Amino acid sequence: MSHEAEHKEPLIRMTKRDAMAPKKAWLIRGIAFLGALLTGALLILVLGHNPILVYKDMVVGAFGSRTVIYETVKLTVPLLITAIGISFAFKMKFWNIGAEGQILVGAVAAGYFGLFMATVLPKIPLVICMIVSSMLAGGLYGLLPAVCKAKWGTNETLFTLMLNYIALAFIKFLMNGPWKAKGSSFPKIDMLHKGARLTKILGVHWGWIVALILVVLSWIYFNKTKQGYEIAVVGESNNTARYAGINVSKVFIRTMFLSGALCGLVGMFQVAGADYTITESTAGGVGFTAITVAWLAKMNPYGMLLVAGFIAMLERGSNTIQTIYKIPASASELLTGIILFFMLGCEFFITYKLILRGRKEEQDA
Amino acid sequence: MLSTIQTLFIAAVLAGTPLLLGALGEILTEKSGNMNLGVEGMMFMGAISGLVGAYYYEQGVLTKGGTPSGAAAALIALVISFLAGALGAVIYSFLTITLRANQNVTGLTLTIFGTGFGNFFGEYFGLKAGGYVAVGERTKAAFSNLRIPVLSDIPVLGKLLFQYNWMVYLALALAILLAWFFNKTRMGLNLRAVGESPATADAAGINITRYKYLATIIGGGICGVGGMYMSMVTTSGVWVHNCVNGYGWLAVALVIFASWRAGRAILVSIIFGGLTVMRMYVRIPGLPAQIYDMIPYVATIIVLVITSMRQSKEFAQPKSCGTNYFREER
Repeated sequence: MSHEAEHKEPLIRMTKRDAMAPKKAWLIRGIAFLGALLTGALLILVLGHNPILVYKDMVVGAFGSRTVIYETVKLTVPLLITAIGISFAFKMKFWNIGAEGQILVGAVAAGYFGLFMATVLPKIPLVICMIVSSMLAGGLYGLLPAVCKAKWGTNETLFTLMLNYIALAFIKFLMNGPWKAKGSSFPKIDMLHKGARLTKILGVHWGWIVALILVVLSWIYFNKTKQGYEIAVVGESNNTARYAGINVSKVFIRTMFLSGALCGLVGMFQVAGADYTITESTAGGVGFTAITVAWLAKMNPYGMLLVAGFIAMLERGSNTIQTIYKIPASASELLTGIILFFMLGCEFFITYKLILRGRKEEQDA
Repeated sequence: MLSTIQTLFIAAVLAGTPLLLGALGEILTEKSGNMNLGVEGMMFMGAISGLVGAYYYEQGVLTKGGTPSGAAAALIALVISFLAGALGAVIYSFLTITLRANQNVTGLTLTIFGTGFGNFFGEYFGLKAGGYVAVGERTKAAFSNLRIPVLSDIPVLGKLLFQYNWMVYLALALAILLAWFFNKTRMGLNLRAVGESPATADAAGINITRYKYLATIIGGGICGVGGMYMSMVTTSGVWVHNCVNGYGWLAVALVIFASWRAGRAILVSIIFGGLTVMRMYVRIPGLPAQIYDMIPYVATIIVLVITSMRQSKEFAQPKSCGTNYFREER
């Protein structure tokens, strides 16, 4: 009996496809996305609400009026810039999950100028100081794990993650001690001086323009420059890169500095453009959500623009449905997770072809 | 002085137990060649499910006019938290083993999903319960320190060794069981072969897929139980927003410090448990509390760097860890 079974063809076997037509690939991704929304709808149904109404109110909550659109854009900016920053590292398979911490140290550096130098410096030099210092702080904070990885192969995932908690503890220290607002019984940092707050352009601080410029610049960097090419080769294989004469350590260190610097810049925008102060939630999970954004967009900056807008809509919308339906706002995280699971899974059907037993392998046109 | 060391040790064991459970789950997972970075997420899933399971059991008994039993509530919490953690691991396994998705990203997604899962249902059931979810006195008592007759009364040793809650002993027993399993059983040897060199194991007739699935799912279940410890013991049966708060990540780091050995995980989890609670017991003059809080994370980084500087072949990560196995692409 077992003898016969051994010679039987398996029920399903798979082969690698040569290459799928982009249209068909996007169709599969579209179906997966719908599948994720359906799963979310099922959850909403189980909670006793009408999923269509809830989804509709989410969209209205994010784009329904001028004020909420501003809020949605304000959420998109940090997500987008952080996602671009993270993709620098992820493209070379350096798992930087420390964006959260890099944002926080950037915020502290920018906050120093915003809180204590605003009365000394005129606005433009002040803002330049904030930009440069936040990028330097974020970049150096990202450099630390990169140097150790390049030198000794230290696990960068855990290293960058631990740096998040350290940065958070440091901010709590500032809130309770040296930077504590005068006369406040509650541990908090003062609001930023008026002169340090970023100018609004079309209703939102000008970070959104920087974000759009960064989309184009990073695309050019990844696709049209030698350094971008080196990142891609290192990502494919460290050994191939070495064989081709690329200094892998140098690429690690240079790229992680850029990655951290962009995240640090986000900290500056959060402090000087959005919150006008530093709190424990200045980074507010952006560092993690941005990973999803970068991955869903397949590290393509233009894609990230789209995805960041979408995720910002989910976050904004989930606040709305919390007030209307009493569905907790953490729903956006849950939904993001579900969408990403589906997108990760569907790549399989793009790369591989399933062949049922007895069926001949057909030629892909 | 002596009493400080004694109380610190006891607190270290209590704080180290969820770390130990998380680390054991991840060791089992990584032995099969799967690097699941979703420990934090699975702990969240276990934390909320165990708590809600015990809570609804209590409510169910109360509405029928009975008195809930603490032991039954504890057992329900244990089983449900294991299942919840395992569910997270099932998603991870299906995506990475069957659908061959990237292990790092899938694990990170599981963390994002699990954190959302925990906080979402924590708030949801909190609203339903009229404020927050909290278990009753009897269930709380079931998770408090034991009094073992005779043994607990031994001077010094009784306090140091024989008066913890039952989950501490469960975690210790599990560590010893796993150490025995990896080193002394056929299945354990096969599992290690799968993690070290799946192609060789496959050629030897070991069912790679089955071993990977089983190890990852059971490992996830253990992480879930570790999460339940956070919600039932650490926060004494009340749902606290973000209650796992990085313990899952510390557990992943502990796997490295334990050099993938279940027995050694006991030692490092007590050390790191101690580092997380030291602030409450040992005052260092002039050191602000928030800077003190950095210690476990700084220590983690220092140990990470040191272990990477002197890499030994004997105590290394299973070789295939992080990469998926495709038989067709050998």
